Amino acid sequence: MSELEYRKVDSIHGALMFLKGVGDVALGDRVQIRGKDGRRRNGQVIRTSRDVVLVQVFEGTDNLDLENTWVRFLDQPFELALSPDMLGRNFNGIGAPRDDRPPLVSSLRRNVNGSPVNPAARAYPREFIQTGISTIDGLNSLVRGQKLPVFSGSGLPHNRLAAQIVRQARLPGDSSNFVIVFAAMGVSYSDARFFEQEFESSGVLRNVVMFINLANDPPMERLILPRTALTAAEYLAYELDHHVLVVITDMTNYAEALREVATEKGDVPSRKGYPGYLYSDLAEIYERAGRLRDRHGSITMIPILSMPSDDITHPIPDLSGYITEGQIVLSRELHSKAVYPPVNVPPSLSRLMKDGIGKDDTREDHPRAASQLYASYTRALEARNLASIIGAEELSDRDRRYLDFANRFEEDFVRQGPDEERNIIETLDLAWELLSLLPPGELSRVSEEDLHKYHSWEEH
Amino acid sequence: MGKVLEVNGPIVTIQQPGIRNGDQVKIGRMNLIGEVIHIRAQDALVQVYESTESLHPGERVEGLGHPLTVELGPGLLGQIFDGVQRPLDKIMQLSGEHISRGLEVSALDRERVWHYLPDPEIVVGNRLRGGQVLGTVRETETIEHRVLAPPDCNGEIIEHAPEGDYNIEEIIVRLRLDHGPVESLRMYHDWPVRQPRPYRSRASSGLPLITGQRILDTFFPMLKGGKAAVPGPFGAGKTIVQQQIARWANADIVLYVGCGERGNELVEILQTFPELTDPYSGRSLMERTFLVANTSNMPVVAREASIYVGVTMAEYYRDQGYDVVMVADSTSRWAEALREVAGRLGQMPVEEGYPAYLASRLAAFYERAGNVNTLAGAQGSVSLIGAVSPPGGDFSEPVTSHTKEIIRTFWALSKPLADARHYPAVSWLESFTDYSERAAEWWSENVSPQWSLRRQQALSLLAEADELERIVNLVGPEALSSSQRWVLESSSLIKEAVLQQSALDPVDSYCSPDKQFQLLDLVLQYHRTGAELIDLGVPVEQLTELVFGGEIRRLKSTVSNDDLSPFQDYGNKIRQAFDLMRAEYHNHRGAAS
Ligand SMILES: Nc1ncnc2c1ncn2[C@@H]1O[C@H](COP(=O)(O)OP(=O)(O)OP(=O)(O)O)[C@@H](O)[C@H]1O
Ligand SMILES: [Mg+2]
Repeated sequence: MSELEYRKVDSIHGALMFLKGVGDVALGDRVQIRGKDGRRRNGQVIRTSRDVVLVQVFEGTDNLDLENTWVRFLDQPFELALSPDMLGRNFNGIGAPRDDRPPLVSSLRRNVNGSPVNPAARAYPREFIQTGISTIDGLNSLVRGQKLPVFSGSGLPHNRLAAQIVRQARLPGDSSNFVIVFAAMGVSYSDARFFEQEFESSGVLRNVVMFINLANDPPMERLILPRTALTAAEYLAYELDHHVLVVITDMTNYAEALREVATEKGDVPSRKGYPGYLYSDLAEIYERAGRLRDRHGSITMIPILSMPSDDITHPIPDLSGYITEGQIVLSRELHSKAVYPPVNVPPSLSRLMKDGIGKDDTREDHPRAASQLYASYTRALEARNLASIIGAEELSDRDRRYLDFANRFEEDFVRQGPDEERNIIETLDLAWELLSLLPPGELSRVSEEDLHKYHSWEEH
Repeated sequence: MGKVLEVNGPIVTIQQPGIRNGDQVKIGRMNLIGEVIHIRAQDALVQVYESTESLHPGERVEGLGHPLTVELGPGLLGQIFDGVQRPLDKIMQLSGEHISRGLEVSALDRERVWHYLPDPEIVVGNRLRGGQVLGTVRETETIEHRVLAPPDCNGEIIEHAPEGDYNIEEIIVRLRLDHGPVESLRMYHDWPVRQPRPYRSRASSGLPLITGQRILDTFFPMLKGGKAAVPGPFGAGKTIVQQQIARWANADIVLYVGCGERGNELVEILQTFPELTDPYSGRSLMERTFLVANTSNMPVVAREASIYVGVTMAEYYRDQGYDVVMVADSTSRWAEALREVAGRLGQMPVEEGYPAYLASRLAAFYERAGNVNTLAGAQGSVSLIGAVSPPGGDFSEPVTSHTKEIIRTFWALSKPLADARHYPAVSWLESFTDYSERAAEWWSENVSPQWSLRRQQALSLLAEADELERIVNLVGPEALSSSQRWVLESSSLIKEAVLQQSALDPVDSYCSPDKQFQLLDLVLQYHRTGAELIDLGVPVEQLTELVFGGEIRRLKSTVSNDDLSPFQDYGNKIRQAFDLMRAEYHNHRGAAS
């Protein structure tokens, strides 16, 4: 660690500090900053030349001036101390304790940026996780090592859904529990408290590590928080052999912090003022989920993001969707009809579902039943749309059946209690109960055998 | 020896007098590799293929004296390389599960021994022209590797090694170059990736690239040596389309370039392809396949390079006389890498942050597709198929719109179709191809003279149905005549029985050209016969109540490519049922009148 402290701040601009004449400093180095108030702040070198060094200050630069600011370069990147004792603890974005306990001491420290996983070292995720939620298990199954975000909007019950997943997620026939890494950026105190209470009441608190940055905490810290949290997750998964479930909320706050510094740096904006590298930056975070061939543990990631103005084409959900392995989209319309969980089925997707379901994993009809539900529900929504134009009375018998199907699907299949846990067989049986509202001739995605076995059609 | 002046993300400013634009440089204690992209009076700008974290001003820089090149020789097939052609499994041996920086690994295995068969025409005293075949080695059971002289060497052969086992560093041919010096040739040579490999002339081909996907082959066919784009919003199915092409295309060699996409998608190929059988050779698919991978979490600059590394290797197999398909997923990530570098250089952005040269770079890349007469006198081709990932699914954005101008086949994926799980979600309205007439010649000769007609009929039905659906959505179905409602029925049959094709269905994942035609023919026969009955006055409900709809929709999954006779039987069954109905209707009417 370098002992030299400089008082060479040349200018301050938002969260950025320009220093002159500090010698050769490495990119990414950790920086400690002390102002007149004596408060210690943390920063990182984000651009460096022989003349000027640019430092981004995680706690912001409020109250700093040019004369009385002392800067020390630590000559090392941002690292996180790792030990099994981190379970049950609560940290901020740079890994300092938020609980009243001492900092972690450990000789094992890792650069929070990690380094890219070699694709040749990955194992393809394929073990079905039962969440007990029909719209996920039945239609958009999650597998161990997948990154499956929840696309939500303000006021929608994404936290409740995430908490339910955390509580209920397990591998059928496997008793080992998930270890949870919870990363919160820019969330309200009550949201953070909600999760804490959830963990507490379900008795998993000892298996949770929390990294929390609240809405009134320094926004720039959000840039490093998910990286810190994932460094912990990698340690728990690959060195301590845990299956780790990472819940990150809210990625929108992360992206906004990124946009803020990008603008201050003068980076060329692409869409909506977000920098062109937002995609790669998000990918560095999301791609840390997965499985490795020679490791026992895994990292399953459930990022939550709120779509600004419910717009799924907004850069944040859009770029996330391009990186993650599917998405669970929440619907304001269903929410207003008091359907919980308000999962908007058509735009939701799980890309890794195909290898985790079927004969040996869930049930042989699962892939076809899921595809059929999708097809029939889409058809049913068309019928509902038609009904809104010409009136339900004017619908043909066939369309009326579909209209009925749409309603029952939302009421019986999508809707379930926040504590209701349906196993996958119950979910699939329920699926067939609904498909039995439609005549066999309408069900071309399932096989003849499926129809014989599961479909009970009576002309009515 | 030069030094680092400034580090700005992947862009490093160096002071290195005499360095040339395009040269490779090795930077700092970590031995990071980069490429000079801009020269100024006092300094030069380098784009670095690896993360520059912990690099600081003052570190040394060494010019390597050559541009980014790839090694071309036996041993590429079956491999997975990173964006600058380093084999990822070698990297794993060196640095474990995470890729560390500054690793130097060559693309081709120096130790491996190949059994070399000299070409009988390459004998001492003869002249050797650049690009000629020196001899062959068996690279995999299915692919004979034709060892090529580098394109730029001409001279007189003074030595040629006899048949035997050699590694790639051993000299197999010596020749006296026309300008005097003696040159030694090995089984591999280097080639700069940004320079297209030369050929004798462009050739034309009328042969369709068969992919086994009905919506592609029958409706929007592409030719070998063609250029195609697959644009679509996230989750619409671009990657699956490209994986299906990699699996089933009737090409000799397939190169899959994962450019800024997911690691797991490459793992999937690495794990499934060795087990899959190539429908043409009957052997493991991996024997004709290789991959370039710069996943989204790998450094951005190597992403820009990966596309060129890929296409240069594709050209190399083309020069051996093979039909090569390169799929690139996704060209948008490549364009974004370009934008990222341009932005750091302070170049003027023109649209959505992209530099003005985006269009010309895209065009130059796709221009490397084509059918050629090779320097060795054979014919070979490179087909390029690029995925495009438009932000927000908006096809008017720069990368999609420029690409659209360049390519000849456009497989547009639609979000509404994907949401309804209509896969492949290729839109029959937005897609186009310029190759259908050329493809028709092949189909008509090899499958059926009716092909063009049937294709046209199906497309018109679909277009007509889309129009009718608009009407229904305005005023309800009652406004339609019986025959219009029959058009709607038939078009939904075309969509579900023909266009939908699940990549996961073991029977239907690949559909042979014959099966494609017979299935379509059957559906259209059903439509025609039904339409005749409706003209006679049979109510449309009576037709829709027939059980055939459901059965025809399942035929694709029950009739296998090896035995198409059920189509005949089924066609007869439909005819009989309709004849019966016709007769009944006549009697009925006869009795009534
Ligand atoms: N032909 C198909 N058959 C069966 N399923 C398909 C097919 N095409 C797409 N899918 C389904 O759609 C999902 C998304 O497809 P894919 O990954 O190819 O999308 P994409 O367009 O490449 O998305 P992104 O841009 O985010 O990479 C797949 O995981 C699969 O479940
Ligand atoms: Mg894709």
